[in-house]
Amino acid sequence: MSDRAVPVGGPIVTPAFRWLMLVFGVGVVMAGWRFIAGLGPVTALSDGYPWGIWIAFDVVVGTALGCGGYSMAILVYIFNKGKYHPLVRPAVLTSALGYSLAAVAIVIDVGRYWNIWKLPFAWRWWNLSSALLEVALCVMAYVIVLWLEMSPVFLEKWKDGPPGLLRNLARSVSPILDRALLWIIALGLLLPTMHQSSLGSVMLLAHNKLHPLWHTPLLPLLFLVSCIAMGYGVVVLESTLSSRAFKRKDETPMLASLGGVTSGLLFAYVIIRLVDLAGRGRLGLVFTSGWLSFWFLVELALFLTPAVMLLNARTRSRTGSLFRIGMLVVLAGSLYRFVTYLIAFNPGPGWSYFPAVPEMLVTFGIVAFEIMVYIILVKRFPILAGARQGAGAH
Amino acid sequence: MAVDRRALLKGLSAAAAAAAVTPPASAAAQRKPAPPDAVGMLYDATLCIGCKTCVVACRKANNLEYEAHSTLWDDPVDLSGRTKNIIKLYREGSRVSYMKQQCMHCLDPGCVGACMMGSFQKREHGIVTWKGDRCIGCRYCAVACPYNIPKFEWDKAFPLVVKCELCSHRLAEGKIPACCEVCPRHAVIYGSYPELLAEAKRRLAEQPDHYYPKVFGEHDGGGTQVLYLTARDVPFEKLGLPTLDEEPVPHLVRTVQHGIYKGFIAPVVLYVALGAVMLRNRKKGGGHE
Repeated sequence: MSDRAVPVGGPIVTPAFRWLMLVFGVGVVMAGWRFIAGLGPVTALSDGYPWGIWIAFDVVVGTALGCGGYSMAILVYIFNKGKYHPLVRPAVLTSALGYSLAAVAIVIDVGRYWNIWKLPFAWRWWNLSSALLEVALCVMAYVIVLWLEMSPVFLEKWKDGPPGLLRNLARSVSPILDRALLWIIALGLLLPTMHQSSLGSVMLLAHNKLHPLWHTPLLPLLFLVSCIAMGYGVVVLESTLSSRAFKRKDETPMLASLGGVTSGLLFAYVIIRLVDLAGRGRLGLVFTSGWLSFWFLVELALFLTPAVMLLNARTRSRTGSLFRIGMLVVLAGSLYRFVTYLIAFNPGPGWSYFPAVPEMLVTFGIVAFEIMVYIILVKRFPILAGARQGAGAH
Repeated sequence: MAVDRRALLKGLSAAAAAAAVTPPASAAAQRKPAPPDAVGMLYDATLCIGCKTCVVACRKANNLEYEAHSTLWDDPVDLSGRTKNIIKLYREGSRVSYMKQQCMHCLDPGCVGACMMGSFQKREHGIVTWKGDRCIGCRYCAVACPYNIPKFEWDKAFPLVVKCELCSHRLAEGKIPACCEVCPRHAVIYGSYPELLAEAKRRLAEQPDHYYPKVFGEHDGGGTQVLYLTARDVPFEKLGLPTLDEEPVPHLVRTVQHGIYKGFIAPVVLYVALGAVMLRNRKKGGGHE
C-alpha cells in the first residue's frame, strides 16, 4: 500500500476523549484561578524557587519532547534519507503541538503576561547577552515555522474540498508555499539548534545555585545533543502508539534503522558529560553529593541503557523492545532537564519546592489538550502514512 | 558530499565547545569598573544593635505595606514583595550578630545579565533599578541573583518585582537612603563607592583583631556597591552571604553567548548552509516535501 498520508477517520468523541476533555476542563479552571488570584495561591512557587514544573516540565522538557520534528527533519532533509519521509508529518505535528502548548504554559507562568507582545518588537530594548531572550524569540518564531511546515496538510485537504473561501485560499497559497517551504524547513532546523542549546545556557547564570555536577560551560552542548536523541525517542513512541491506536502499518523496521544514530548520540552525551566532569576535577562529586549523586547515576544509566540496547540489531527490530528503548531515551533527556532546572537547583537554606496540586492540574490539562488536538488532526487530516493494517478496523 | 555535511555539523559543535571552554581571562580583566558617580552603602555588623529602625524607615520611604505573620504589628521574616530591607539575626550559642539585607547593587549584576528587555539596569550612580513596562514577570532575575534579592508579588494578579533601589527617589531630592539616615549607630552609612571602600579598609587596618579580615563586596561576584564588615569570629557565610568567586556572575554566559552569536554570523552561515544542502538534496531527488 502507499505511503501517502491519509486521514484516519472515525468518530472524534470516544470515551477516552471524554476523559481528556475532563482533565483539560479542570486545567482551564485552575489556570483561570491563577489569573484572578495571582501565582501564589495556585502554585508552590517562591522567591527561592521562582521556576517550578510549568517551566521545568511544560517548557524545558515539553519543547525537548517537541524535537521529533527537528530530529526527523535533520535526517530527511540534511542527510537525505527520503525513506524516513512518512515519519516526518506526525513528528512535525507533535512538535507543533508541543511547542504551541509550551508557549501557552509560558503565558500562564509569567507574572506580567500583558507585556509579552513587546518581546519581538522592542528590539531596541533587547539584552543580547540574555540566553532567555534568545530562547523566547526563537520559540516564538519556531511555533510559526512549525505550523507553516504543517500547513500543506491542511491545504491538501482544503484544495479538494467543497468550493468556497477555504478552497480558493488553499489553491492560491499552495504554489507560493511550495516554493518557500525549503527555506522554511531550513529555518525549522536552525531555530531549535539555537534555542535548545540556549535552554542549557540559561542555567549558566545560576552559578552558586546549580549543583557543580550540572553547572558546566558545556550546558548548551549537552542540551543540544540530548534533545536530538529525545527527538528520535519521541518519534519511536509516537509512531508505535499511533500504529496501535489507529491500527496503522507498523513502522518498526524504519524506526529500527534509526537506532544507530540515536545510539551514537546517547554515547556522545555520556562521553561529553564524563570528560567534562573529569577535566574540571569534579568526578569525585559523583559519589559524594548525597541524593544528587543518586540522580546523576540514574541519569547516566538512563542514557547508557538504551545506547547499549540499540547496538543489538535484534533488540531494536522488535516493536516491544524498541518502544521500551524509546521510552528510556525520552526519560533520560527529560530527567536531565528536570534535574538541571529543579532538583539540582538550590537557592540556599530555608527554601523548598514541591508542586502544588492546582499547579499539577494545569500541567495535566495542557498535556490532555495536546493529545486531544493530535487525535482530532490525525483523524481528519492527512498526517499518518496510509497503509491500514488488517481490514475493517478503525 | 556526506563529508561536507558532517564537517558542517562537526564544525558547529566544535565552535560551540570552543566558545564554551575558552579559558576565563583573569578576574581583574573580567571585572566591570564602578561607574564614576557610583554610590553605595557600608554595613558594619559589629555596630548594628538590631533595633530595626531602618526597616521601618524603608517601609515609610518606599510606601510599603506592613507585614503581619503573627500578632505583632510588623514582623517580616524575609525580604519579600513588601519588604525591601530587613535585619536578620545570627545566633550560635551565646554569640549573636545582626545582618542587614537588601539589594547589593552589584557592579556587574546577574539580574541585569538575565533580564530579557532590560527592565533591570544599572542606571544613575550605578544603582540597579527595575522598570515595569519592560518586565514580563519571568523571574529569571530571581534565578540569576546569587543573593536572592528580586522579590515577586506572588499574591497579586498584576504583580511587580520589588527590591531596594537605594532610595533613588530620595537621592533625586538631595536626601540619602532612608535606612542610612535613621540608623542611630551609623552601622549602615551612605557615600560614594570609593570613599566607602576606603573607609571599610581603614576600619580593618585600625582594628584587625575586631574584624573578619575581608570587606565583603570588594571582589565577590565581580564586586558590589554595598559593602559589608563583620566580626572576626562571625564569617560572612554565617550571616547568610554566599561564597562567590571573583568572576562577575554574568561573565560565563556572556562568554558563551557572545562566542556563539557574535555578529549573528554563525546562525546566518548555518542557515545558508542548511538551505544549500537541502537544495542539493532536492535536485538529487531525495526526500522533499
